Amino acid sequence: MAMLRESQIMKIHYITGIAALFVVAVHILMRLIIPFSLSLEYENVIANYHNIPYVLLLESILVLIAIHGFNGLRIILLELRQSKAWEDGVTILTIVAMMAVVAYGTLTIILANGSRF
Amino acid sequence: MTEQIIEKIEKIEKKHKKKETIRSSVVLKVYRANRRAGESVHYDSIEVPVQRWTTVLDALLYAKAYKDKSIGIRYSCRMASCGSCGMKINGIPRLACYTKVSELEGSTITVEPLANFPHIRDLVTDFSQFFSHHRDMRPYIQNDEADIKDRAKLSEFMQSPEDLDKFLQFSYCIKCGLCYSACPTVATDTKFPGPQALSQAYRYFIDNRDAAGKERENIVDDRHGIWRCHFAGSCSSVCPKGVDPALGIQLLRGHLLGFSKNEKKVADLRERPKRD
Repeated sequence: MAMLRESQIMKIHYITGIAALFVVAVHILMRLIIPFSLSLEYENVIANYHNIPYVLLLESILVLIAIHGFNGLRIILLELRQSKAWEDGVTILTIVAMMAVVAYGTLTIILANGSRF
Repeated sequence: MTEQIIEKIEKIEKKHKKKETIRSSVVLKVYRANRRAGESVHYDSIEVPVQRWTTVLDALLYAKAYKDKSIGIRYSCRMASCGSCGMKINGIPRLACYTKVSELEGSTITVEPLANFPHIRDLVTDFSQFFSHHRDMRPYIQNDEADIKDRAKLSEFMQSPEDLDKFLQFSYCIKCGLCYSACPTVATDTKFPGPQALSQAYRYFIDNRDAAGKERENIVDDRHGIWRCHFAGSCSSVCPKGVDPALGIQLLRGHLLGFSKNEKKVADLRERPKRD
């Protein structure tokens, strides 16, 4: 079942956590370019989705936070019960949930972008 | 490094040194239960006379000798060397022989069995699982070059003071189980080896006489292994011997993540000089 060693998973966990801090900081700073309330207006939000570098930033936030968050959830759930079936079940469930969230988020980004990639 | 450790221990001792209160007697509130006999949990209050130097173990043994012979308690050396008399004293895991009554606040002392251990009776807990985790770490030097059977080739491992400093504090562990009892991860995850076993894994991992570093990495690099440590640090604060298991765990994690390299040169074996 274990495709990756726990140390490799934790390395990914720490890297995605630190990287997420960086990209989220950039994302928040981008809100400050224009007045905050103005930045959340429909036209501005759609305009952001048409900006390819910004779209890539949003996608990276989505992927990094999904990996970091769902692995965190896996770790918490692993401590609840100790059995092979539970551990494998939790691992599969969190991977599937992570992929579903990334797929749904990516679809939203693509739709908002109007498929202008 | 040794000076730093001594300084650290002195600082901890100074911090924990409480004002002594001289009393002529204290009330021991002893946890009593024998589940096998169908006894439910209750506390017995026993008044015992104390002196300035009376330890909690002395008080308990007085109570056992003169008040209630049925109190279940495990002890041996009475000098903080064997690690047998670990128990929760006023809610904190401590060695009963190493805790003076005069250092504790209040005139009532509550003694309970160690948490995170299966309970046997009264203050006695089962250490089988704890020792099993310790055994899993292979707590001994592994070096195929050392042939202890061939007496003619019996040889010595050369080790510098710097090499010794890397693991010395971890070798002071007496396996009393206080750190295991204080660990919040052990409380929820029974497969987690606990701070004692993990710090011993580091103790042998970093020892330059040992050549099984990779094998030790594989043992602790598990779903329920070293990564489940929350770094609460309670293990280090309760250790009666000044060992810092949390430090050992973090150092070993650094090696597993590749931040630190175990660039030890495995100690050379020196042939025994031939006698004429």
